[in-house]
Amino acid sequence: MTSTVTPAGSAAASSPSSGSAVRLRTPRRRHSPGRPRHSVLLTVLTGLVLLYSLVPLVWLAISATKTQEGLSRSFGLWFDGDFALWDNIAETFTYDDGVFTRWLLNTLLYVVAGAGGATFLAVLGGYALAKFDFPGRRAVFAVVIGAVAVPGTALAVPTFLMFSNMGLTNTPWAVIIPSLISPFGLYLMWVFAGEAIPAELMEAARIDGAGEVRTFFQVALPLLAPGIVTVSLFTMVATWNNYFLPLIMIKDPDWYPLTLGLNSWNAQAETAGGQPMFHLVVTGSLITIVPLIAAFLLLQKYWQSGLAAGSVKE
Amino acid sequence: MTTLQPPVAAGPRPAPPPAGRDRRSWTGWGFIGPFVAVFALVFLAPIAYSLHLSLFRDQLIGGTTFVGFDNYRQALQDDRFWAALGRVSLFLCVQVPIMLGIALLVALALDSGRLYGKNFFRVSIFLPYAVPAVVATLMWSFLYGTRFGLVGDLNDAFGLSLPDPLSPGLVLASIGNIVTWEFVGYNMLIFYSALRVIPNSLYEAAEIDGAGQIRVITAVKLPAIRGALVIATIFSVIGSFQLFNEPSVMQKLAPNAITTDYTPNFYTYSLSFSGQQHNYSATVAIVMGLITMVIAYVVQLRGMRKGA
Repeated sequence: MTSTVTPAGSAAASSPSSGSAVRLRTPRRRHSPGRPRHSVLLTVLTGLVLLYSLVPLVWLAISATKTQEGLSRSFGLWFDGDFALWDNIAETFTYDDGVFTRWLLNTLLYVVAGAGGATFLAVLGGYALAKFDFPGRRAVFAVVIGAVAVPGTALAVPTFLMFSNMGLTNTPWAVIIPSLISPFGLYLMWVFAGEAIPAELMEAARIDGAGEVRTFFQVALPLLAPGIVTVSLFTMVATWNNYFLPLIMIKDPDWYPLTLGLNSWNAQAETAGGQPMFHLVVTGSLITIVPLIAAFLLLQKYWQSGLAAGSVKE
Repeated sequence: MTTLQPPVAAGPRPAPPPAGRDRRSWTGWGFIGPFVAVFALVFLAPIAYSLHLSLFRDQLIGGTTFVGFDNYRQALQDDRFWAALGRVSLFLCVQVPIMLGIALLVALALDSGRLYGKNFFRVSIFLPYAVPAVVATLMWSFLYGTRFGLVGDLNDAFGLSLPDPLSPGLVLASIGNIVTWEFVGYNMLIFYSALRVIPNSLYEAAEIDGAGQIRVITAVKLPAIRGALVIATIFSVIGSFQLFNEPSVMQKLAPNAITTDYTPNFYTYSLSFSGQQHNYSATVAIVMGLITMVIAYVVQLRGMRKGA
């Protein structure tokens, strides 16, 4: 059963997921005359892009170990004499009665409810689009794909006014409800479900007397696992990183997510005579990105095969 | 990962049909219903409300009055709007080709099998995508800064006087750099995923025809991933036109270079939330939405037609 999980077949399966850095290409994938030789020049050139991608992150990690004075005193890409990382982390979490902790919990709430809900809706919807022929199916798809082109920010003002009339602004609902829709997630699940679930299997379940709900949960859902991981990671990033939506919906700092909170700290530090708290902005930024990076690294085996399947049909 | 609740059950199911997936019934609605309901609330209703708003005007005297297409007329003659649109168009024409070009080259390099440490490259270059735009902008702003940033460090260390990335002349390029940094890896992965699923038979055919590396790229790989290229271009176009987070966060640092009408979205935001001009703001947003859709559509048509 699990061997059919990856619809992209040998291509995705041969994509190595282990952490070993240097690995020869599996020969069955490509039939060029002889195996391609590793090229130092190409590695060096690509290495420039790698440096570009990593240097700012390295800077952030190193800077988080410095005191406020150390930040301006020392060279950006090397450590200062004082190693203040633990102090900085402690101060970040306790500053201003632990408001950062509150922002972290808010963000978790928005992610669990918003991204979790978005994934669930996308999985259900993608499954429906891929596996059922129902009246209005083409219309649903056209409208949703068309909606991708509508700038999210174009919806912001009317959504704000609507939610304001409903009394939802300044509550978590104002952030969670709009996060529930992910057209990209729906598209990805639609393509993925089409590839991953053989019609015969669903038919067999039905003949065995399983209802639609049971067929979905017991037959389809396990097969959709890599797609679900992929969609949930991408909706999670979208919700965790969201800035514009909370910016307009939330005025009360107690309901800020991390992004908005960090920006307010930075603004506080920038203002003339403001508090010297850049070290908190830096450390808070590092704490904000660590969970997502960890999630991507830990789950890469799953989401990459899910993404590869998503590109099959383009 | 998802919260498991029973989906809205569909009505009584008809007797098991002969060929499962192609029978036409309402069952599918039971699964897509929840998505459509929320979609109507957070997409369709705001669009309708926006259209409604754009036909009215709030006046100090007389309250809200119906003004027909006056707001649209005003938007078409609004220099601030056109300046903002010009800025994001310039951004689009410079930043998007650079970003997608680098992403494509890296994807081809990964796919060629000639890199040492391929997986390390693939994962590391993708990582910036996981960084929130706000954090990316704060981080790069520090790097740009002369106070404790790398630009200042380099100036000190080598006695240079590098130009200030936050000056009015350079700030757009500086924003372009941040956006490129954020999305190169993401696009690279889209291209790479598409390259991975090219059927082996195409390579075998090219091999028999005696095609070299470059020829394989231009004749097999690029045509095969055209769909991915078009999708990435469309998303990048939409993203450029929606530019907001980066300039908004940087505004505190470079208030002279980044005005509150710096991009169309920034402009609608300022109109609505600082200026209380909700009706006009909705109009500008609609005009911008239409322009975005037209351009995305043109990209799609051109992309799909080329060489087809």
